[in-house]
Amino acid sequence: MAGTFTFDAPDRWNAFLYRQETVRYGDGALQGLPVAIKDNISTAGLPTTCGSRILEGYVPPYDAHVVTLLKAAGAGIVGKTNMDEFGMGTTTENSAYGPTANPADPGRVPGGSSGGSAAAVAGGLVPAALGSDTGGSIRCPAAFCGIVGLKPTYSRVSRYGLIAYSNTLEQIGPLAATVSDVSRVMAVIAGHDRRDSTSADRPYTHTPSAEIRGTRVGVPAEFFGEGVDDAVGERVRDAIAVLEHLGAEIVPCTMPSMAFALAAYYVTCTSEASSNLARFDGVRYGPAVDTKKQWHAAFRELRGDRFGKEVQRRIMLGTFALSAGYYGKYYAKAQVARKAVRDDFTRVLSDVDVIAGPTMPTTAWRLGEKSDPLSMYLSDILTVPANLAGVPAISVPCGTINGLPAGLQIIGRHFEDEQVVDVAYAYEQEVLR
Amino acid sequence: MNVIIGLEIHCQLSTKTKLFCGCSTDYRDEGPNTHVCPVCLGLPGAMPRLNRGTVDYALRVAKALNLTVLDESVFSRKNYFYPDLPKGYQITMYDKPLAERGWLEIEADDGTPKRIGITRIHLEEDPGRLVHKTGRDRAGYSLIDYNRSGIPLIEIVTDPDLRSPKEARRFLNKLRATLEYLSVFDGEREGAIRVDANISLEGHNRVECKNISSYKGVEKALTFEITRQKNLIRRGVHIVRETRHFQEGRGITTSSRSKEEENDYRYFPEPDLLPLRVADWVEGIVLPELPDARRERFLRQYDISENHARTLTGDIRIAEFYEAVALAGAQLAATWVADTLLGELAYRSMQIDRIPADHFANLITLLTEGRITDRAGVEVLRHLLDACREGREPEMPVDIVARENLGKAEGDEFADIVASVVRANPDAVADYVSGKEGALNFLVGMAMKETRGRADPKDLNRRIRTHIEEERG
Ligand SMILES: [Zn+2]
Repeated sequence: MAGTFTFDAPDRWNAFLYRQETVRYGDGALQGLPVAIKDNISTAGLPTTCGSRILEGYVPPYDAHVVTLLKAAGAGIVGKTNMDEFGMGTTTENSAYGPTANPADPGRVPGGSSGGSAAAVAGGLVPAALGSDTGGSIRCPAAFCGIVGLKPTYSRVSRYGLIAYSNTLEQIGPLAATVSDVSRVMAVIAGHDRRDSTSADRPYTHTPSAEIRGTRVGVPAEFFGEGVDDAVGERVRDAIAVLEHLGAEIVPCTMPSMAFALAAYYVTCTSEASSNLARFDGVRYGPAVDTKKQWHAAFRELRGDRFGKEVQRRIMLGTFALSAGYYGKYYAKAQVARKAVRDDFTRVLSDVDVIAGPTMPTTAWRLGEKSDPLSMYLSDILTVPANLAGVPAISVPCGTINGLPAGLQIIGRHFEDEQVVDVAYAYEQEVLR
Repeated sequence: MNVIIGLEIHCQLSTKTKLFCGCSTDYRDEGPNTHVCPVCLGLPGAMPRLNRGTVDYALRVAKALNLTVLDESVFSRKNYFYPDLPKGYQITMYDKPLAERGWLEIEADDGTPKRIGITRIHLEEDPGRLVHKTGRDRAGYSLIDYNRSGIPLIEIVTDPDLRSPKEARRFLNKLRATLEYLSVFDGEREGAIRVDANISLEGHNRVECKNISSYKGVEKALTFEITRQKNLIRRGVHIVRETRHFQEGRGITTSSRSKEEENDYRYFPEPDLLPLRVADWVEGIVLPELPDARRERFLRQYDISENHARTLTGDIRIAEFYEAVALAGAQLAATWVADTLLGELAYRSMQIDRIPADHFANLITLLTEGRITDRAGVEVLRHLLDACREGREPEMPVDIVARENLGKAEGDEFADIVASVVRANPDAVADYVSGKEGALNFLVGMAMKETRGRADPKDLNRRIRTHIEEERG
């Protein structure tokens, strides 16, 4: 039965940018399930700002495809969650509306860019949330906050209504406290949408199974290389040992393309972002400016004023990478590197069923601790390869280090999201027992 | 000095819906921003979805202009800032267009057939439209109408094969006719065509004239440019390679070297659209009869002059109209459509499709049967056109003839008029009698005037001579 519920739990982590007090829900598979939506996913009638001042006050006139599906399945949309501006960040500190705190330790970052969604789930405000993952933006906060997050296979979930940051890399996906809930939400949001030309007709109707005997699990040496915290590596090795105990076969392997994955990733995403964000010129979105300046001068000033530092940095990088004389050296070359990453995954995944490793090289750091963008970028090293290759990847909690959660990442073949869900589920069920 | 001209022509495809969304393209007589949706407004999160119909239209053009369709075509983003561009980029095709290397045959300046090479064609979306208003404080402001945003355009790029402004004009006319025969283009629509013309004098730099929005404008802009460039060369001034804007009203081009227009478009493949693989579709396309084929058929089927055939097939509306009335008398109909009707229409700024073909056919029948004179025919035609133009229900020519008493005289209806004209002009009669043939024409003219054109001048001529001879005994 359709109805309404009140959503008034206190948000102590600044997880939400906008909340509905009275939430309507309908009939269906997710009847009455409160779901939080990352603020870069369009919601008709609800503000959608991407954590940016340049979109302040923007209320989309239409729902993203995933929101339409959630509503049709009976879910109640409780509000919009905080994020790094336009998804550009690993900590949710790059939000124009203040950082989100990590419910596991409010002095630390929740990860990003879907930090609001992860904190809302980890803090017990909602059982499930939607995030988007361009280079780890679902898996990183899931790992840091100690919950489950799935980045589906590229094209399996419609991006229609997702405010684009990097179109060829990003996917919408679910975050929840358990693998089962992630799987339930995935079943609703996956499938073909004719409004997204890149969308595949591959619905997801899976119920997680803990039976993983005989599953071959590849463990790339690079996932435990330089920069990966020893304690994190240890937790993840323990988790992999649990998989082995459950009957999986562990296969050491290598992924040499990891050496240039980050470079390929940052060139691609900044290039695409520089074009995607061009539409924010102050003419149609954000508060009107009273200016007597010529149009070009006025919008230049406005973009400098309303975009955050990280967004400006990435727009500049991307603009440079696409400019005449540099396109071949950067964007085109990044696509070649990207293909090498994809080939690496294809090669490894022809031998094994899934790849396992840490989601993040470290646990959550303190709010304000990292200010150097490069060291921040380096922390994406283990998550970006799945985006470059378009393969599914899930992060499932695998214990804590000094009270801070660590995440086990399972990466699978294209359209075998079911397989990564099963491996994560088997692990989760075993450690819960 | 040889003139070298190449054209880039942007034509609006006449599909029912826009290139990347389901919005209707027919926004005529409707308010601003009434034919828009998240996609063509470029709202954050909206994604383009290619309208299959536009591809089909573009492929028809590719086939008709003898181009080779690429195995893979790719939509790219052309990035630049302009307030009428809702996404901050235009989706177009760049390094992988739809089709390459074709040709269209036209008549060269010396009358011989000439093939103009087509470099490439590609699909792209139109931006919105800016409407500039003057505010009270004189600074003014601009409004944006996105009804045009996302309208499908096909860009046709020619090789630098054109050698004069007239040739360029003829090429455009032929192209327009061809596109209209293909039913992919409506040249009468506002903003249907926009041309960028590249022009150079042999051995000198090339100049691009941008945004010419009429056929006449292209000829004018090019003619102006040739004169301007020749004058500069004569004075020993170097021609700079530049972009110039054609000012339709003044008929001149002006330099537009502002910083904002020196763009680096940062093209890259549109990530939200898949590469297009449609080379296979071309085989399935059956082209309709095109202007050249129709002209040949008219020559054979209706036995009319080469000139008439060319005029009648130069515009599909005229060709259709002619074929609808040809049964009433093919050759007479050809003369009356090509030589009389088109002129009368132009004079009234009317389109041929405003004229009911059965009415015009009735006029041709009256002429074929000799029931009215040519002169009366023109008068009947004017009645007909005026009625159509004023939105009145037009009368059948046979009824106009009856009402206006324009029928050819029966028996001796004009005998009195002839007698009175002869009586009233004794000097002219005397001149004629003394051998001045011209005087007879004067008398015939006077008599024609009295009959209000209903008489056949030859008949009057004969009657007047007979009358004078009879009088002299
Ligand atoms: Zn539209």
